[in-house]
Amino acid sequence: MFYREAGDFSSTYAQDQQTFPIKFDRWRYYAVLFIAIVIVPFVVNDYWVNSIFMPFLIYAIAAIGLNILVGYCGQVSLGTGGFMAVGAYACYKLMTAFPDVSMFVHVLLAGVITAGVGVLFGLPSLRIKGFYLAVATLAAQFFLVWLFNRFPWFYNYSASGQINAPERDTFGIIIVGPNTEAWAAYMFCLIFTIASAIVARNMTRGATGRKWMAIRDMDIAAEIIGVNPLKAKLTAFAVSSFFIGISGALFFAIYLGAVEVGEVFGIQKSFLVLFMIIIGGLGSIFGSFAGAAFLVILPVLLKIVGVDWLGWPTDIVAHLLFVIVGALIVIFLIAEPHGIAQLWRVAKEKLRLWPFPH
Amino acid sequence: MPEQLVYTFEVFLNGLMAGVLYALVALGFVLIYKASGIFNYAQGVMALFAAMTLVGIQNGQVPFAHLINAIFGTEIHHFGWHVHSIIAIALTVVVMIALAWAVQRFVFRHLVGQEPILLFMATIGLAYFMEGVADLMWGSDIKTLNVCAAEGTCLPQGMNVWFEGSTYEAWGTGVFVDNLDIVASIVAAVLVIGLVMFAQYTKQGRAMRAVADDHQAALSVGVSLNFIWVLVWSLAGFVALVAGIMWGAKSGVQFSLSLIALKALPVLMLGGFTSIPGAIIGGLIIGVGEKLFEFLIGAPYLGGATENWFAYMLALLFLVFRPQGLFGEKIIERV
Repeated sequence: MFYREAGDFSSTYAQDQQTFPIKFDRWRYYAVLFIAIVIVPFVVNDYWVNSIFMPFLIYAIAAIGLNILVGYCGQVSLGTGGFMAVGAYACYKLMTAFPDVSMFVHVLLAGVITAGVGVLFGLPSLRIKGFYLAVATLAAQFFLVWLFNRFPWFYNYSASGQINAPERDTFGIIIVGPNTEAWAAYMFCLIFTIASAIVARNMTRGATGRKWMAIRDMDIAAEIIGVNPLKAKLTAFAVSSFFIGISGALFFAIYLGAVEVGEVFGIQKSFLVLFMIIIGGLGSIFGSFAGAAFLVILPVLLKIVGVDWLGWPTDIVAHLLFVIVGALIVIFLIAEPHGIAQLWRVAKEKLRLWPFPH
Repeated sequence: MPEQLVYTFEVFLNGLMAGVLYALVALGFVLIYKASGIFNYAQGVMALFAAMTLVGIQNGQVPFAHLINAIFGTEIHHFGWHVHSIIAIALTVVVMIALAWAVQRFVFRHLVGQEPILLFMATIGLAYFMEGVADLMWGSDIKTLNVCAAEGTCLPQGMNVWFEGSTYEAWGTGVFVDNLDIVASIVAAVLVIGLVMFAQYTKQGRAMRAVADDHQAALSVGVSLNFIWVLVWSLAGFVALVAGIMWGAKSGVQFSLSLIALKALPVLMLGGFTSIPGAIIGGLIIGVGEKLFEFLIGAPYLGGATENWFAYMLALLFLVFRPQGLFGEKIIERV
C-alpha cells in the first residue's frame, strides 16, 4: 500500500543508485537518524547510555567490521578481541602522548594502526582457509593480549598494569573521563557509528565489496575472472580491523575508561562479536546493528527479569544467559542461517505485496 | 649430568606429558571430524561437562539444585550419599551417550548438508549452551570446584593408591616425573589402541570408516547414518570423559578445563584434522615445544607466560608452509 517502488521516479543517476530506493525506507531512515541525533541526546540519562546505548553503538561498529571480514569476504576470524585491544592501546598511547590533539583524530588513528596490525595477521589467509584460518586468527588473539600484558611500555609503566583514560575534551565538551555528560559520550559514539555504517554500506556495494563477495563465494573462481586475492583479502582485513580498532578505542576511552586487557579483550569478546553477526545476519549491515542490539539488550532484560523481579542469585542468571545465547545460536543456524536480517528482508518482501499474499 | 641439562630434560618430559593430554582432547575432535565433517569446538566443554557430572554424581549432588532452590525457595543440595567411582564413571558414560543422542537428534540432524563453517559455528553455540547447563546443573561455586583441586589427585577415588607418591625420581638422574602423568600416558595409549582396534576389527567400526569415506556410498550399502553419528558422538563423549578425568585430576575441575579445547586446535592443525596418529604426534610436538620455549626463551627473555600463544604461533607458521598439516590428506580444490 505505502511500501512500493511504484510512483517513485528516479531522474538522476544519483537517485537511481541510492541506498534506499523505496520512499518509505528512506523516510524511516531519516526518522531514525532524527530521533537518534536530535531527540535521544536530550532525554537520555546515565543508566540508559551506559547499559544500552553506548555498548550498542560500539558493538555495532565492531560487528560491522567483523561482518566485512566474515560475512562479505568469508574469512572467519576469532581475533576480534585482540584487534579491539590494539585499538584501545593505540588510542591510549596517542591520548597520553599528544594531549592537545582532538579525540576524533586519536580514535581514527587508532583505527589506522589496527588496520596495519590486521593486515599483518591477515597475511596467512593467502595460504590457509576455513577452519585453519579461524584457528590461525586465535594466534592474533592470544599473542596480542599477552603482548599488552607483558610489556610495560604499552600501559605507560603504571603499577596496576591497567590503562586509564585521562580527561579529554573536543570543542570544549568533555567526552573522556569521569566528568563526561551522558549525552556527550553518546553523541561521540553515535557519530562514529553512523559514519562507519555509511562507509561500510557504500564499500560493500561498490567494486571492493563485489570483489570480497567473489572471494567469499569461491576464491579460485574469483581469481580466474580477474580478482586479485592478495588485494581483496588484505583490504578486507584492513577495513575490518579499522572498524574493530575504532570500536576498541571507543570501548576503552568512552565506555569503560579503564581496561585490564585480559579481562576486557579476551577470547570471550571475540565470540560475542561473532555471535552478534551470526544472529544478526552474515553479510548485512543492518544485521550487524540487529545482532548488536539483540545481544546488548538480552543480558539487560534477563537481569531485570531474573534478578530484580524473580530475585534469583546473579550467578544463576549469568549461567542462564549462557544457555539462552548458546541455544539461540543453534536455533538461528537451523531455522534461519541468515539471521535477523533475513527475517527483516522477508518481512519487507511481504510488505511490498500487501494486502495480497502473492 | 650438568644441572641445566637435567632441568631441560625435565621440562622436555613435562612437555611430553602435557602433550599426551592435549592429544587426548584432539583425539575426540578427529573422531567427529572424520565421521561427519563437523569441526567440534564443543569437545573441550564436553570434557568439562563430563568431569563435572562425574564429580557431581560421586558427591551425590542434586542436579539443578541452585535453580530449583531459586524457583521454589527450597534448600536442597545433596542426596546425602557418595557413589563409588566405578559406578559413577559408568553413570557418566550413560549421560554422555544420552547427550550424544540429543545433540545428534536435535541439532545436527537439522544441519545435514550445510556449509562446514556453519556447522563449526553451531558447535560454538553448543559449547556455550553446554557450559551454561553444566554450571546450572552442578553449580560453579568454588566449593564444588575445589573438591578435588586441593589434593589435586582425589578425583577418581578408587585410584588414589596410584597417585600417592605424586612424583618420583627416575633413573637416579635427578629428573622428577609426575606419577599422574605416567598414568595419563598409559591410559591414552590404551585408549588409542582400543579405538584403532574398534575401527579396524568390529562391524560398527567398519561402518564408521565407511561413513567417514563417503556418506552417500555408505548410506547406499545400508549403513545407518544416524546410528553411526550417535556412535561417533558417544565415542567422542567417552574420550572427553577420559580427558576430563585426567585434566581434572591434574588441575581441578573448573572452567579453565574448557579452554584446553582451544589448545587442542593448534594440535589438530599440526597433525591434520583427519589423522589419529597426527593428533598424537601434533599433541606431543605442541606440548614439548611450548614447555621448552617457555623454559629456554620465554621466561628468561620475554617475560614469561608465552605458553598462552606459542602453540598458535607455531601452528600458524607451520601452516604457511604445509597447509594440510603433517598427516592430513592433501587439499585439492576444483572450481
